[in-house]
Amino acid sequence: MEMFKVLIVILLSSVLVDNYVLSRFLGICPFLGVSKKLNQAIGMGVAVTVVMLIATAATWPIQYFVLDVLKLGYLQNIVFILIIAALVQMLELLLKRFSPALYKGLGVYLPLITTNCAVLGVTINNIIDGYSFVESMVSSLGCGLGFLLAMVLFSGLRSRINESNVPAPFKGLAVTLIAASFVSLAFMGFGGIVENMFA
Amino acid sequence: MEILTAFLVMFAISLVAGILLSVLSAVFAVAEDPLKKQIRACLPGINCGACGYKNCDDYATSLAQGGVKPNLCIPGAQKVADEIAQIIHVEAEPFKDVVAFVACNGHGDAAALKAKYEGVQTCRAASMLYGGDKSCRFGCLGLGDCAAACPADAICMADGIARVNTARCLGCGLCARTCPKGIISMLPQNITTVVMCNSKQKGADARKVCKNACIGCKKCEKACPHGAIVVTDNLAAIDYTKCTNCGVCVSECPTGCLKTVVFPDLPKGVGCDEILG
Repeated sequence: MEMFKVLIVILLSSVLVDNYVLSRFLGICPFLGVSKKLNQAIGMGVAVTVVMLIATAATWPIQYFVLDVLKLGYLQNIVFILIIAALVQMLELLLKRFSPALYKGLGVYLPLITTNCAVLGVTINNIIDGYSFVESMVSSLGCGLGFLLAMVLFSGLRSRINESNVPAPFKGLAVTLIAASFVSLAFMGFGGIVENMFA
Repeated sequence: MEILTAFLVMFAISLVAGILLSVLSAVFAVAEDPLKKQIRACLPGINCGACGYKNCDDYATSLAQGGVKPNLCIPGAQKVADEIAQIIHVEAEPFKDVVAFVACNGHGDAAALKAKYEGVQTCRAASMLYGGDKSCRFGCLGLGDCAAACPADAICMADGIARVNTARCLGCGLCARTCPKGIISMLPQNITTVVMCNSKQKGADARKVCKNACIGCKKCEKACPHGAIVVTDNLAAIDYTKCTNCGVCVSECPTGCLKTVVFPDLPKGVGCDEILG
């Protein structure tokens, strides 16, 4: 039961409190780049979630069974980047073969995830926080869902902005960034909620 | 010693990843139609969508499957049409070189306004509010949806109406699909006589709201020696299969909505004012 409680706290805190986009400011490029339309935002969010899960499943054992054993902790960044890039490529190959429709739908976003800092951030933070394998997977799932949530919320906001009469100096990216900062401020309000939920 | 282990670990991981990737790509390779690849290489690859397909890949796929005309690529023009026809072994068809044409001459001095529009500055939004600010409900709103859609920067707004710089126009037709009033059409480049009006109102009403409107008087219909002009719904329409650009109708037209426009031979970078010839 205690274990279950810990996992719930990890999941909720990574979705709401420590949202990667809105609180830690990682993965901002797809957040601003692909959030123009709802279906694209969902596609990107789901793709990032899947890649985060796979990447964590691959990097956690490498960290604890290879890098730590050989005292090569300082290679963490470069090894993780290498593994994530290779994994995304493999995922792309498999999707192209077995699900051409999904492959077409994700299009250019799949290779873009290779360089998404949120994915690297999740894998490294899981190690820094000292999570077990199960905890790491739950935390990655939470971070992915948090990313998806942020993308969906923001795409709704952007479609409203598109239809409104924005003053000329704020048109385009300027008003988008201001809107992003408001969403981020709103998410700051979740701070402290999850920790005290089971108190 | 330490650097050696680091080197070996990195080497091992990269090697495993590399081998896995190359094995996977060989095992799960998706056979691509070589014909499609060959066709795709001919296409310009700017994905304008003028052919009616999503992008160049999509058009190439449909061509490879057969039953599709090879002369649909407009930026590629005759050259691409010939190349594709050769690859898929069908008879080459003549390519129609077209440019965008805005059928409205209701500029600021000519067309009356019925209201002052201050909403969202796009034609689509304006046309949804009682058809826009012009008294003529068929005319160009001049807010530039077509110019925004143009990939070649060939449309500019001059005195409240859209004007096409034909030297830059690719003929992709994106503007024609964007215009909420439907006044942009794609015309063959070799014509010079056009009807610069889209108003289907009765003559007196059309005249009241715009000085340059077609009033449906049928003078051109009677004057045309080739029977190429027919007035339907109070609007003259030219049949370009019969028109010889003789210009008789232009001199007969009482309102000047029939005009002689020189489409080809425009030097590069002509401004809006010079396009009307």
